[in-house]
Amino acid sequence: MSAQQVLFDAPGPRARRTILIGNIVGVLVALGVLAWVVSALADRGQLAGSMWSPFLEGRTWEFFILPGLLNTLKAAGASIVGAVLFGLVFGVGRLSHAAPIRWVAGTVVEFFRAVPVLLMMIFFWLALGRSGVVQPQDAPFLAVVIALTLYNGSVIAELVRSGVHGLPKGQREAGMAIGLTRTQSLRNVEVPQALLAMLPALVSQFVVILKDSALGFIITYPELLQGVRRLGVGEGNVIPSLLVAAAIFIAINFALSSLATRLSGFLSFRTRGRRPAARGSMTMDPAST
Amino acid sequence: MENYLTLFETYDVPAAFWVNIQLSFWAAIWALVLGTVLALFRISPIQSLQWFGAAYVNIFRNTPLTVILAFGFLGLFSVMQISLAENLGSSLFRIAILGLALYHAAFVCEAIRSGVNTVPLGQAEAARAIGLSFLPAARLVILPQAFRGAVAPLGNVLIALIKNSTVAAAGSVATESSSLMKTMIEFRSDLVIPIFFTFALGFVILVIPIGLLTTWASRKLAVAR
Repeated sequence: MSAQQVLFDAPGPRARRTILIGNIVGVLVALGVLAWVVSALADRGQLAGSMWSPFLEGRTWEFFILPGLLNTLKAAGASIVGAVLFGLVFGVGRLSHAAPIRWVAGTVVEFFRAVPVLLMMIFFWLALGRSGVVQPQDAPFLAVVIALTLYNGSVIAELVRSGVHGLPKGQREAGMAIGLTRTQSLRNVEVPQALLAMLPALVSQFVVILKDSALGFIITYPELLQGVRRLGVGEGNVIPSLLVAAAIFIAINFALSSLATRLSGFLSFRTRGRRPAARGSMTMDPAST
Repeated sequence: MENYLTLFETYDVPAAFWVNIQLSFWAAIWALVLGTVLALFRISPIQSLQWFGAAYVNIFRNTPLTVILAFGFLGLFSVMQISLAENLGSSLFRIAILGLALYHAAFVCEAIRSGVNTVPLGQAEAARAIGLSFLPAARLVILPQAFRGAVAPLGNVLIALIKNSTVAAAGSVATESSSLMKTMIEFRSDLVIPIFFTFALGFVILVIPIGLLTTWASRKLAVAR
């Protein structure tokens, strides 16, 4: 039932009046809540000019926000590369016709999908920091990247698997018919098509990675949230700083989500084959933090 | 091995998991209520409510949970001095529940909307044909079927919520399991790996039965068509 307008009739005069009243009440309630929030913030002096003027100064952006954003993007970028590679290897592993490989890949994927990302991050942070293998100052970055790679890689592995399962059977049969082995058919025929079909879900997963990189805040990785917290403590404007950080995250993620929606529209045109509806942006992985 | 067992005498691991379960339980209830209301907003004939629902989902779904919970602690609790209970611990606990509920409500809303999408067009048309207006049609015809179609995605949200309850560490609920794991590793760095696997296994045990249960329930409850 995609056309949700069928839930109600085309409004007649009376229904139009009810809708108008509903709209007015809705807007009034929304304005009331907004006014309440604004007055509560104003009571605590959060709307004073001095709270917000730091954002007009170059040094705020130069020393707090942009370095944080850069670190966030660095961690997210490295994790995206890692997660896609991990997902391809283990996704194909789960489809292998050798039972031991399938079994090992399945266990690894299910394990990392069930463990909270934050637990993995804290573990790698403390374990790497103490092991002496890496410089202690690199431990938070590596912990963020490794934990995000393992979790999101496992999710992507499942995407690869369901993408291949969603392909028409004829694709594999055609591969076999021209003399490819099952592995060759998987690699040259099925996975490339599955990748195209899963592209929207993959982009949605990038949003998850970007959001989860903020967990690095808890393990002292100097990402955006850490940057604005330092700014907020220094300038005494914690709430404005956090709101600015949230706005930056929302802007980036919203752009990525819109890209995913567009891709899914474009691809549904392109890949008309028999496959389950792509996990588009509508059902973004809620495991995202 | 004996070393490992002494950990459980020094640290109360089950109690930490119990905190996560409590956080998840209360946040799940609030998120379900708020998410259902938001889903109703999004399918209602009143544009301002549709707009509000869409704005809420887009804002909360695209904000990192860490930012929301940090805002709860640094902003609401420290600066605004909002307290939801008399003592400090339970006030922070409730603010963490609030943050978790607000965040996951956006996903509950989307899950229910995907459930509404499984209801065939004819059901809504039939509801209209027998003269039901929007709210009765939603309550009596659409939502009961939508919930049955939304069991699997709602289960996924619940699983995510349980795992995300560890992020309450950012909201300074220091009694939950990820904070305890950090303390334990700091004091017993000789047992880093066993400690991690203990906690990881705890979450596997919590999460996998819920996954199996919701898969089973979604098949059992699916409306035969």
